[in-house]
Amino acid sequence: MKQLEYVVLARRASQIMEELRKGARKPYSEVIDVSWGDPHRAGVKPLSFVRQVLAACLYPELVNSNKLPVDVRQRAQRLLGQCAGGSIGSYTATAGIAEIVHRVSEFITRRDGGAPSHPENIFISAGSQWALQNILKVLVNSKSSPKTGVLTPVPCHCTTTLSIMGLGAVVIPYYLSEEQGWELQVEELDRALESAKGVCNPVALYVINPGNPSGGKISPEQRTPKYIFVSKNMYHMVVFHAMLPVGHIQRRKSIQEVIRFVSEKKLFLLADEVYQGCVYGEKSEFISYKRVLAEMGPPLSDTVELASFHSASKGFMGECGMRGGYVELINLDPDVMKYIYKLFSKDSCAPVLGQIALDLMINPPQPGDPSYPLYNVETQNIRTMLVHNVKRAFEVVNSLPGFCCQPVEGGAFAFPRLHLPPKAIQKAKEVGLQPDTFYCIRLLEEAGVLISPGCEYGQKEGTHHIRFCIMTSEVMMEELLRRLTCFHTQFMKDFS
Amino acid sequence: MSSVQEMNPRVRGIRATVSLQSLAARLTEEIMQGAKKPFKKVTDVSSGDPQRAGMSPISFVRQVLAVCLYPQLLKEKSLPLDVRQRAQKLLGSCGGGSVGSYSKTSCGIPHVHKSVAEFITRRDGGVSSHPENIIFSSGSQKTLSLVLHLMASGEGETQTGVLTPVPCPHTLPMLLDETGVALMPYQLMEGRGWALDLDELHQALKTARGRCEPRAIYISNPGNPTGHVQDRKTMEEVIRFAATEGLVLLAEEVYQDSVFGQGREFLSYKKVLFEMGKKYSETVELISFNSISSASMGECGLRGGYMEVINMDPAVNNYLRSMQGTSSPPVLPQLALEVMVNPPSPGDPSYETYTQEIRRTLTTLSQNAQRACEFLNDLPGMNCQPAMAGVFLYPSLHLPPQMIEEAKMLGVEADVLYCQRFLEEEGVCLGSGCENGQEDQNYHIRLCVLAPPATLEEVLARLRSFHLLQLGRFP
Repeated sequence: MKQLEYVVLARRASQIMEELRKGARKPYSEVIDVSWGDPHRAGVKPLSFVRQVLAACLYPELVNSNKLPVDVRQRAQRLLGQCAGGSIGSYTATAGIAEIVHRVSEFITRRDGGAPSHPENIFISAGSQWALQNILKVLVNSKSSPKTGVLTPVPCHCTTTLSIMGLGAVVIPYYLSEEQGWELQVEELDRALESAKGVCNPVALYVINPGNPSGGKISPEQRTPKYIFVSKNMYHMVVFHAMLPVGHIQRRKSIQEVIRFVSEKKLFLLADEVYQGCVYGEKSEFISYKRVLAEMGPPLSDTVELASFHSASKGFMGECGMRGGYVELINLDPDVMKYIYKLFSKDSCAPVLGQIALDLMINPPQPGDPSYPLYNVETQNIRTMLVHNVKRAFEVVNSLPGFCCQPVEGGAFAFPRLHLPPKAIQKAKEVGLQPDTFYCIRLLEEAGVLISPGCEYGQKEGTHHIRFCIMTSEVMMEELLRRLTCFHTQFMKDFS
Repeated sequence: MSSVQEMNPRVRGIRATVSLQSLAARLTEEIMQGAKKPFKKVTDVSSGDPQRAGMSPISFVRQVLAVCLYPQLLKEKSLPLDVRQRAQKLLGSCGGGSVGSYSKTSCGIPHVHKSVAEFITRRDGGVSSHPENIIFSSGSQKTLSLVLHLMASGEGETQTGVLTPVPCPHTLPMLLDETGVALMPYQLMEGRGWALDLDELHQALKTARGRCEPRAIYISNPGNPTGHVQDRKTMEEVIRFAATEGLVLLAEEVYQDSVFGQGREFLSYKKVLFEMGKKYSETVELISFNSISSASMGECGLRGGYMEVINMDPAVNNYLRSMQGTSSPPVLPQLALEVMVNPPSPGDPSYETYTQEIRRTLTTLSQNAQRACEFLNDLPGMNCQPAMAGVFLYPSLHLPPQMIEEAKMLGVEADVLYCQRFLEEEGVCLGSGCENGQEDQNYHIRLCVLAPPATLEEVLARLRSFHLLQLGRFP
């Protein structure tokens, strides 16, 4: 069994943390883990309003006490009124609590400058990946020959590729252009689709905007399943799992091109927009695929099949543990929608607290509300922190020889390119690791920083990258950059 | 993909469900808009959802969760000390001290695994349980779905099959369809309180072998919806059967905390297995499922469950753990699970209240089950086996032939028609037996009896009047 890059790193990190706990002497006293998109783990504080409302929903006695601001109590009361039996412990309707679903549709309409959104097209799920899997289940015929194909960006977070392959489909990679800041180019989509001829039956295009950077070729070994098990009664395939790279925000023109492309080629469009809340490039603005589609008018706006995904895990709320997300489905055949409903109903419903977290994300306190001042301060702080982190990461990383970092306009990660000296690549080969994994292991051992290697997401042959989360406290970011600088300088010297 | 024809055939093949939820939703909408009906609101007793029906959650659980969510409450003196201490401990086990972080591993929070393992060991009189064998997810259905996914393969005669009880939990058939696994029924013996019969099991396996590749046997104990609690002898026979025939045992044990029948006791399959000696305890592959949707917790909306995997190939175990990677289990339900398996101890400030609340829930359940069973047995054309555990009653219905005819003409099962009418005329949503599986024309209804007694009385009263009317309509 081939080892997963991430597993190797994670395991070593656990060991090191254990060693530190037992008092081992190292050049650092704790491990900084920025390998996941998990802001709370990295020291970012949750938003008070969100937690207060959730707590009051859980323990309604708080609703009547005056320990909490009035608007918190009112919101909790309103939400509890929507729950069967007045409790978040009851099952809800399959697609989610009706009033929350309504409010999601209102949020979408507001966000998209008036383009109408209908509640019947929205399903709340336990995280956006869960909704994505259900849609993929409908699209992918695991028994077909040739296999179903889904166009997927490179780099890409493997949760998606894992889902695709786990369902018996194939990934058709298209490379984002690193030199153009990880831009998506339609010519590349054309090429990818051509390459699929005779190999598989493409049914969908998966895009993620704001992005996770992608770019480069994926070598065949990185796309084949890593494990095959056989046991007395069971056998199956397993693929690795990893995470998203960095933040490019698509321009309107590019989105339009993609829409025309899928229309022409009759592909289903899967738009993963979970990072829409994290935009900080000065000239960048998030525009949803739905909005662009609606503004392109008929016939496209009535025919292109689109699924847009969003979640409460990303953005300033960062409530990854709550598991709240949704999918909005556009232009699907009504009969197909019935089956989608069935798939969602298999799990009864999304976790109620996740649904509530979602509601709080799309309907935050407004000016005039008692909680608004604190909410505003907290979100501004997070925004300032992110902008600061992005700038610092960009500056510091680009100042190090051998690193080249594209500007990050949105999302939660930096994905700089690493030019490793030939001696380092050689050494990596000797120990049986990918070069960027080798770099990451060394960084972990010597500097106590856990990041992820670019090979986990796919990259152009012969290029290497690292990825780390920038949604951390400013203090942590400074420390991270300091350790990285120190380590990197030494590393480059050692392998020159 | 623009039409149903282009859809994944397996999804297309998911059986049509009967769900009355949309009808219930429509009626609720109509009432909200002022329509006059013989009922003020829709009462849904078709799922095991006690809080929906008005039962209260356990205070200690909710208090701890609230503090975990909003740690400022750690300083709140009006909350019992043990609540605050527990919350502190649990927060310590979360990344960044926040329930908003992803779980440390894709199978859940290690501290919680440990607590669950300890609970299982205590429950099973010392039979040890290892944290690495415990995997979480959002509800026991989800963990089961992972396992089925692993087993599923083949088509036609080589399709994987699972021996499934009739009746079974109403969400199971859809799950099997969706994972591409064949449902191979074995009848439970209604006349014997829904006991499991070994001969029937053997017969079912024989039939199954002709049609597919049976790989597992699914057991629900205490039974959902039957309320039957298996005795040790039966369980040993099942284990021997599984061992001889090379089947994986899937034991759904969610209602283990709700045994109220006289002289009955819940034994876990794990415990019985281990007490049968090495020949079985080291070879039989067993997966046990549990969740916080149990009778005493009733936290269905929180979506939390776990499975314990015994004697599986380590590679399979690894697979199950890594498959979780596509959807990280939610944190709060794991914390709720930790509280469920590790309740306040005697001497703790919350112990009294906690114990009282649990006792009250179980007493209500037991009394309701008894009352409802007697009541239903008094109705002509209804026959109810007494339940020993769980939250459902599952009486059989002898419907007038005209109703059966009418149903046939309308293209629905007669028990579905019955439930539809009942919902429209009395505003009460029951479950129909065809969701759980039944023999042809042997109709049943399913109702959750864990509700405030007044609610139950109203449901029963309405059921009687509706039922008699139906019989009167078709003499």
